[in-house]
Amino acid sequence: MSAANDARAMGAPVIRYGGAERVSGTQRYLSDIEFPDAAHVAFTTLPIGCASIESIDTTPATTMPGVIGAFTAADLPAPMPRFGISHKDRSVIADGVVNFHGEPVVAVVAESPDLARIAADAVIVEWTELAGVYDLDSALADGARLVQDAALRTDDHKHSNVLETADYAWGDLDEQQRETAHVVENTYEFPMVTHFTIEPGGVVAAPTDDGGIEVHSPVQHPYLLQRILADVVGLPLSKVRVIAPDPGGGFGGKQTPRYEPLMAVLAQRTQRTCRLILSLEETFQLMRRSGCRVDARTGFRDDGTVTFHELRADFHIGAYADVAPRVMTKGSYVGAGPYRIPAVRVHARAVLTNTTPSCAFRGFGAPQVGWATESQIDAGARLLGIDALEMRRRNLVDLDEAFIRGDHEARADGRWHQSLERAAELIGWGEELPEGRGRGIAVGIKPGATSGLSQSLVRLLYDGSAIAYAGTSDMGQGARTLWKQILADELGVDLDRISIVSGDTTAVPFDLQTSASRSTVFMGNAVLEACRDIRQRVLDLYAEATDISIDSLEAAPGELSTPSGTLSLIEAAQVGLGSLRGEIIGQGTSRLRGVKGHPLGGDAAFYEFNATAIEVEVDRETGEVLLTKHVTVGDVGTELNPLQVVAQDEGAAIMGLGHSLMEQVLLDEHGCIRNLGALDYRIPTFNDVAVEMISDSIENHDGPGPYGCKGISEGALLCTAGAVGAAVADAIGTPVRQLPLTAERIWHAMQSANAEQPTN
Amino acid sequence: MSTNEVAPTNHLSDHQVTLEVNEQAVVLNVPAHRTLLDGLRDELCLTGTKKCCADGECGACTVFLDGVLVNSCLVLCVETEGQSVTTIEGLSTNGLSDLQEEFLNSGAVQCGVCIPGQVVAAEGLLRTNPHASATEIRDAMAGNLCRCAGYERIVQAIQVAAGRRVEIT
Ligand code: FES
Ligand code: FES
Repeated sequence: MSAANDARAMGAPVIRYGGAERVSGTQRYLSDIEFPDAAHVAFTTLPIGCASIESIDTTPATTMPGVIGAFTAADLPAPMPRFGISHKDRSVIADGVVNFHGEPVVAVVAESPDLARIAADAVIVEWTELAGVYDLDSALADGARLVQDAALRTDDHKHSNVLETADYAWGDLDEQQRETAHVVENTYEFPMVTHFTIEPGGVVAAPTDDGGIEVHSPVQHPYLLQRILADVVGLPLSKVRVIAPDPGGGFGGKQTPRYEPLMAVLAQRTQRTCRLILSLEETFQLMRRSGCRVDARTGFRDDGTVTFHELRADFHIGAYADVAPRVMTKGSYVGAGPYRIPAVRVHARAVLTNTTPSCAFRGFGAPQVGWATESQIDAGARLLGIDALEMRRRNLVDLDEAFIRGDHEARADGRWHQSLERAAELIGWGEELPEGRGRGIAVGIKPGATSGLSQSLVRLLYDGSAIAYAGTSDMGQGARTLWKQILADELGVDLDRISIVSGDTTAVPFDLQTSASRSTVFMGNAVLEACRDIRQRVLDLYAEATDISIDSLEAAPGELSTPSGTLSLIEAAQVGLGSLRGEIIGQGTSRLRGVKGHPLGGDAAFYEFNATAIEVEVDRETGEVLLTKHVTVGDVGTELNPLQVVAQDEGAAIMGLGHSLMEQVLLDEHGCIRNLGALDYRIPTFNDVAVEMISDSIENHDGPGPYGCKGISEGALLCTAGAVGAAVADAIGTPVRQLPLTAERIWHAMQSANAEQPTN
Repeated sequence: MSTNEVAPTNHLSDHQVTLEVNEQAVVLNVPAHRTLLDGLRDELCLTGTKKCCADGECGACTVFLDGVLVNSCLVLCVETEGQSVTTIEGLSTNGLSDLQEEFLNSGAVQCGVCIPGQVVAAEGLLRTNPHASATEIRDAMAGNLCRCAGYERIVQAIQVAAGRRVEIT
């Protein structure tokens, strides 16, 4: 396919880049790559969430033949190197205390994976349990043990377990409260859940001949990892090479460095390639979503209009900051939802606990707070006897109307009512339902990236093939497929003659991140600009080679028009390059600078908006939920590849069923994860998908990305819980405010509803 | 004060196993606890079969053992003496199969890590139940997790491929 034969690649269902490799098993994920002569790493950990380390005896390990070394905090420089993005709080290895279940105490390097494991298990650690804090209440209690040493913190809250707070307010809340007749007040809980990528975690680190370090890690942000490694091991960026094989699922879990600094140190110390492949259980201890408890008070007029909304949201973030403070800040920023509310007050806190450090996870804090806000709208609907769809119609903002007010307003950048109406129509809103069934509808919103930088290089080669260098990690969203589509259309190169290079900081120009559904917009624009740069260069070169005046030439996608007719861009490039051949190199940069004083550091490049409608049947005997219908409608701007849009949308929607219905990380009283592993931690399967599932999108070509697109990868998960919760409440006549909505919780709710009056 | 103590395992590769993998005879020298999954991946470099849970729960490691679908993480190498194994590599020797093509056409492939296991499981399903309905497909595939949740796409891919096969025969 090429522009020359008029079939545009953009908007077509182009098959995933790297798809053939993935269906035939030849795609190499980190653990599939052979590293000849690598040494293998295993960790010694403790079966406890919080303990002081009294003594470590590594001799049982180091005396085993084939063990290269066993490294502890004592082998690292003092003070212990610490790293992090916003807070440099994470020690390279446990430093005197274990702060969460699974934190590595000893790293053993050995000649085989078996031996590393056996030796790590043979290390003797003496430890004393400390009064760890494993939930919000104990972390916030007076006299609670501090998860992080106050002496190592510089922030205002250092004598408490609150790491950061965020406050957003507008309007006169007190006055609105005085004038409001109907107020609902409730507490909502959102569970800790784990990413459960089918590819477990892993890192390979190797010393290089020039004294540098090479780290292979399936990360979403290779350049961030490069920066942090350079800092920890004290090398210039040019001597730290990060190679990022395609992640086997990321979902936010593979953004930030965790064991990479330790692995780099091990490689330096042993001067060996060190390979660490984690089990799924260890991966549970590497990443999770922050749990959240929200106290919400919401006022309504008789007609359902919201008058005020007050939220106190506590995010249960874990032992180290990672990006959790940002999750809290950004998630609570849109806490009041896409509504027209005259007075809002949001107070959110990121609370440290002795649990797995939480990080980014699809939705980035928005689903946690959205669960409360959407449920409050439904509570108002029940109280006032107004239909839930009608409630949203009356309160949802129109295009260009502010939903966040105050100094830094945010306005609707899409026609969001269209998504709401489409979802309602597709679920058959208002149609009669049989006994035992219920329906719910909800909307969700998430700010896209608020600043960003993506740089790209594109080379148009003499034979009409092309290579794009774009640092986006291709973790399932199919980024490279889109870059290929852009090149095909803009340069007129056949799809199968395009290669995309990513995942190597030495070869590929800088890209800030692969997250926040921002890559299609940011990197997409950079690739587009690089292609346009090539077109301009072809034009200039053609003019130079033919002596035709530049003014009489015009470059368009895939072609060059000249006074004597139109020729393909490739032909024009060949004429321009002449007998020396060579290539045309284009460069593109997409930069969004932050805004000083903005609570998020800048305005969101776009908003993801989704409307979800769900129909359920609840078994009155057992409380079990059967999803009969699941509709998700995203406001996508433009669908660049319908296959990928529907896959991302359905994927997010089904993932959202996890925290809504079944997933939760459970801890025992010592802070150990009780459901550690796939046997006890359930995620959605083929059988958990709704009997009928419909994914649809609204296209108004109103996004800031190439051809009017917006980011789309998270939307369908933002309000799944709200829609499921409303549907269950509709079916059983009473709401459940604690996720996940397990059969047990629903059954209990039905029992107490039978005994009492229904609540709102 | 407490200490961590774990019972040691013997890791010596003192068992010899002869089996057939993708129609080739192979001999493995492995410790008794070596799973077929690790044997395939680490000893034979057949890394198309993926490892996630190692607990029999995710299906990423699905292979055929004497024609029957198994989770290779639940089978020990020493149990496979004289048996024949077919992996995703064995299903891809003549280019992509119809099923693999349909996985691509349906948009079923996101990160792709679960996909080899899904393809093998789907092949096993169509061999035993060529007319599988959507419900039967979901039931049969329920042991294969996809965190990218391409479930709808995979069901569609299997249905299209099944339809084609029925047409041909
Ligand atoms: S790795 Fe075998 S079932 Fe999960
Ligand atoms: S495609 Fe990513 S887990 Fe299935």
